[in-house]
Amino acid sequence: MELLSNLALGFQTAISPQNLLYCFLGTLIGTVIGVLPGIGPVQTIAILLPTTFALPPVSALIMLAGIYYGAQYGGSTTSILVNVPGEASSVVTCLDGYQMALQGRAGAALTVSALGSFVAGCFATLLIVLLAIPLSELAFKFGPAEYFSLMVFGLIGSIVFASGSPMKAIGMIVLGLLFGVVGTDITSGTQRFSLGIPELADGIGFVPLAMGLFGISQIINSLEQKEKREILKTKIFGFWLKKKDLKEVAPAVARGTLTGSLLGLLPGGGGILSSFISYMLEKKVSHNPESFGKGNICGVASPESANNAGAQTSFIPLLTLGIPTNVIMAMMAGAMMIHGIQPGPRVISSNPELFWGVIVSMWVGNLMLVILNLPLIGIWVKLLTVPYRVLYPAILLFCCIGIYSVNNNIFDIWLTAILGFSGYLFVKLECEPAPLILGFVLGPMMEENLRRGMLISRGDPSIFFTRPLSLAFLLMAFAMLVVIAVPAIHRKREEAFHEEGEEG
Amino acid sequence: MQISNHKDFNAGLLFILLGISTTVLARSYPIGTAAKMGPGYFPFILGFMLTVLGFVISLKNLSKGRGVRKRALIRFRPVVFVLSSIVLFGLLLLPLGLLLSTLLLILISSMASDEFKMKVAILNAFVLLIIVLIIFVYFLKFQIPVLPAFLGGRT
Repeated sequence: MELLSNLALGFQTAISPQNLLYCFLGTLIGTVIGVLPGIGPVQTIAILLPTTFALPPVSALIMLAGIYYGAQYGGSTTSILVNVPGEASSVVTCLDGYQMALQGRAGAALTVSALGSFVAGCFATLLIVLLAIPLSELAFKFGPAEYFSLMVFGLIGSIVFASGSPMKAIGMIVLGLLFGVVGTDITSGTQRFSLGIPELADGIGFVPLAMGLFGISQIINSLEQKEKREILKTKIFGFWLKKKDLKEVAPAVARGTLTGSLLGLLPGGGGILSSFISYMLEKKVSHNPESFGKGNICGVASPESANNAGAQTSFIPLLTLGIPTNVIMAMMAGAMMIHGIQPGPRVISSNPELFWGVIVSMWVGNLMLVILNLPLIGIWVKLLTVPYRVLYPAILLFCCIGIYSVNNNIFDIWLTAILGFSGYLFVKLECEPAPLILGFVLGPMMEENLRRGMLISRGDPSIFFTRPLSLAFLLMAFAMLVVIAVPAIHRKREEAFHEEGEEG
Repeated sequence: MQISNHKDFNAGLLFILLGISTTVLARSYPIGTAAKMGPGYFPFILGFMLTVLGFVISLKNLSKGRGVRKRALIRFRPVVFVLSSIVLFGLLLLPLGLLLSTLLLILISSMASDEFKMKVAILNAFVLLIIVLIIFVYFLKFQIPVLPAFLGGRT
């Protein structure tokens, strides 16, 4: 019964005219962004963060969430029509989606991806509703030791599936934690690492950091590469699925949804991982695996459902435990904190309308995506013809005005330029900036819990190993470190083999 | 001794540099004890970790064998124009106002592209100016001076 009243509160919040409008705007902007190659959801959220400050927190989060799953949706459109993934989680959709388009079945591929996403979205929403309260109650039992270990687990988990060297990823996490330390120490009031700059007394701002590392550096990097795009010239038709297709697709959607929902809950999960794993799974269970990559409709349905489900369930750890498990959730956490809401178990009780409103809005937003996008597909395809050289100055402009508006402070603009340059260097050194942002968001909380835990135990670090839940988190973190280490060995070997082969 | 992967090696060096400077700075704050950690404790540990990681990453890439030449390609045009357009925007926003600094930002940043065309950039700048005025000044009512200060400036 409590569930129903919660959902009712959520619906009330989500379908208020104002929130409906922002949900619509979010999904719309998200779709546009998802369609445009070279700019993904992380950059968009970073760029639009300041714009949402003028809104009440609920509307702001509804809009940002809309951008996230809207972008996921738009990304699949370009995957199918242009063979260019609009963003990372739709890379897999290219494989079979584009092949379907070449065979004249673009319409069917688009419909399947839309419906699959919608079904997955509905299921994930339900899952959030069911899991939220028990998980947040569990979180209330956490002491500082449990929290600290959970954060270690979350941070290590986030890099398991990151590309590139895991060592460097850990380095980036540590760097992120250090970035989080800058500013006034809460306990003692000491200025740390502010280098005598008064603007740094409050720490490095989340907006300049996110925009610099993702917005600016991404632009510079894209400009270094030549753009190449080929747009499918054929007309798109045949949106209706045949009965045979439906029969084939339904179990694939179900499998994708389940895989995605599960993976979204784990650190490092979310859209990208979900779509990859579900594609592999689909190929394994299929009767004719050789048809994958040649336009198999299940190869579109399953990963598309999975990435949407994963995108939504990754909100669960953030909203109930306060732990962002991927970059986008770190962005959401940053947005919440800027609005004065500390993500964590208290959100449900202290801001119920925000919690349930955002969750129901995801369902509403998914419905909007289906209704909006299939008829408007022609417009999205046209968008692809906007050249990057016109697009990026616009992005830069929005960044600059947005950053300034946060604190009406010119210093933030310069800080963004500096961080943008650092982000560019990181990319050149093949250091992923995503772990840095996660570390930055979790840094202050981690330090506080470490200090409190050690205070309770009077300086005995065994508190982290003797409390069962804390130990469990640390063991899981350790297990993941081992998992990371093993493929690294394999990869190194492979590289060595390659070199020998080339030389010989 | 040869460096097998320059990107990894340099990343390691960067970590060492940042790690050491962090530990040095952290030592200037009260460290405290394990039970009552001072403001320097946590950053000191982190700085130490970063330094060690940096050494491991760099040393791993010092091998005796022949190295793979894997250097980062850096092209100056995008970096210089994009960054300078932002810095300039910061310098000029208050004295010159939103209109002029937007114009300059678009023109200068457009030069970062290999396919720069003055006509396109100017057209783009004007379209964006109108969009900016509508969204930020009219709808969101951001507190930004629109006209130059010497023309009576504030919005």
